[in-house]
Amino acid sequence: MVEYFWTAIWPWIIWTPILKAIQSLAFIVPLLILIAYIIYADRKIWAAVQLRRGPNVVGPWGLLQSFADMAKFLFKEPIIPSGSNKILFLLAPLITAFVTIAVWAVIPVGSGWPANEGTSWVVANINVGILYVLAISSLEVYGIIIGGWASNSKYPFLSALRSAGQMISYEVSIGFVIVTVLLCVGSLNLTDIVLAQQTGLANWLGVPTLTILNWFWLPLFPMFIVFVISALAETNRPPFDLPEAESELVAGFMVEYSSSLYMLFMLGEYLAVTFMCAMTTILFLGGWLPPADIAIFNWIPGVVWFMLKLWLVFFMFAMVKAFVPRYRYDQLMRLGWKVFLPLSLFMVVAVASVLHFFDLAP
Amino acid sequence: MGIADLFFYLFSALTTGSAVMVISARNPVHAVMFLILAFINAAGLFLLLGAEFLAMLLIIVYVGAVAVLFLFVVMMLDVDFAELRAGYMKYFPLGATIGFILLAELVVLFGAWKSDGGISVTPKVPIPDTAAITNTEAIGHVLYTDYIFYFEAVGIILLTAMVGAIVLTFRQNENAKRQNIGDQIARTPETSIEIKKVETGKGI
Repeated sequence: MVEYFWTAIWPWIIWTPILKAIQSLAFIVPLLILIAYIIYADRKIWAAVQLRRGPNVVGPWGLLQSFADMAKFLFKEPIIPSGSNKILFLLAPLITAFVTIAVWAVIPVGSGWPANEGTSWVVANINVGILYVLAISSLEVYGIIIGGWASNSKYPFLSALRSAGQMISYEVSIGFVIVTVLLCVGSLNLTDIVLAQQTGLANWLGVPTLTILNWFWLPLFPMFIVFVISALAETNRPPFDLPEAESELVAGFMVEYSSSLYMLFMLGEYLAVTFMCAMTTILFLGGWLPPADIAIFNWIPGVVWFMLKLWLVFFMFAMVKAFVPRYRYDQLMRLGWKVFLPLSLFMVVAVASVLHFFDLAP
Repeated sequence: MGIADLFFYLFSALTTGSAVMVISARNPVHAVMFLILAFINAAGLFLLLGAEFLAMLLIIVYVGAVAVLFLFVVMMLDVDFAELRAGYMKYFPLGATIGFILLAELVVLFGAWKSDGGISVTPKVPIPDTAAITNTEAIGHVLYTDYIFYFEAVGIILLTAMVGAIVLTFRQNENAKRQNIGDQIARTPETSIEIKKVETGKGI
């Protein structure tokens, strides 16, 4: 009996879940701290473009602003509208937060030290990583639709419908962009996608030191742009923040939400944005790989490179937010269906043909 | 009993439970939510079988697209529950009769059904070893190599259905204002701005 416990029950039913829980916690806590500073950076960059100071009171240079905001949200009273559908009203922010955190499980953030070792730091290194990402991020739309409907109010409902249409439309082009990358990799595993970018264009051009040329942003160039723009639309970031359009819809699907419920929505939004930055990094910017094959670069741990690239992509997102005016809804739909969809569909065929006829397919 | 068995019973209980709730929930939106729960648990069952590709696809296609459209339609409907239940007692005898006949037929059919001792048909394509090949590749080989023509035919049929649906529902609204992006970009100050000198106190 004791033997049975140690061989069958302990390793599979008790120890593995505990180990996974510890791993997940060790991933989620730094992630949430990262989100706090992503929010801070977003506000600071926006402020700098508009010649304002931004948050600068709480802590040195306002560095603790996000934590103060969090405390404020937690201690406020959540108000549930009397006409709302209470269960779904409470469920919506939970779905958003849960889904946006769960999708990070397959993101490899670094490798063994020194870099380029062939292993990666990831919570769940599954074969169908990309499909997991697509599956879980397609659930994000539910938080928004349910939140908008359960509020039982017109503005949130209109906004939820807009948002759902927008997210479904851009998921199509994101899917095709990912397919072009997958064609060049030959695997659905995110670690394999990063490792596939170790060799490529730079080697053919005869400059193997410049590993930055190996990453997919250059060979698949138009797709890189399409992906970044679609990522903006998918996460409802400006200039595609129509679900929140303050000038017409007050504040979008979360008008009726307050305190910690609102905080979960906001957390989910920034988690999704940061996730899209991480995906851009992995798919097009070589994940944790150093940009040049120089000894000093190779000594820097992979996770540092990953974070640098993530922040670079996020800086782009923040600058776009600061100086691009908001799209109109019909323009947004036109861009998604009439420009990005044909372009990405064409690129799938083109990339597949090139790989096939030049015998480059992995 | 390993952890997989525990999860099997969890997922199957939740799948059947939420499937029952789909048809018994009063609120149609709740019914769709239970349908989504059933899909997700079915995906969990696929995962336990080792069919990771199908599990993910089930969530992407059914939960991510089909159920969203369901939810859209159900939320937009202005359902009047009193009106829905008004005819309930009136049609109950008819519905019960039809249900009873179907049940009786099934009972008779299964009572008379004899198995000839197991299925002896061998699959045309041998089932690959799951350790040697990921199931994404295995399904890819079957769909795109062995059954490519059937696959293409299905694609064409679905395309026809899609075109048909669009043709049936598409209405050109003559009054709608449309923006031609080409014209918009081709505009220059000369074609779009007119400068007038206005004399003081006269207006245009």
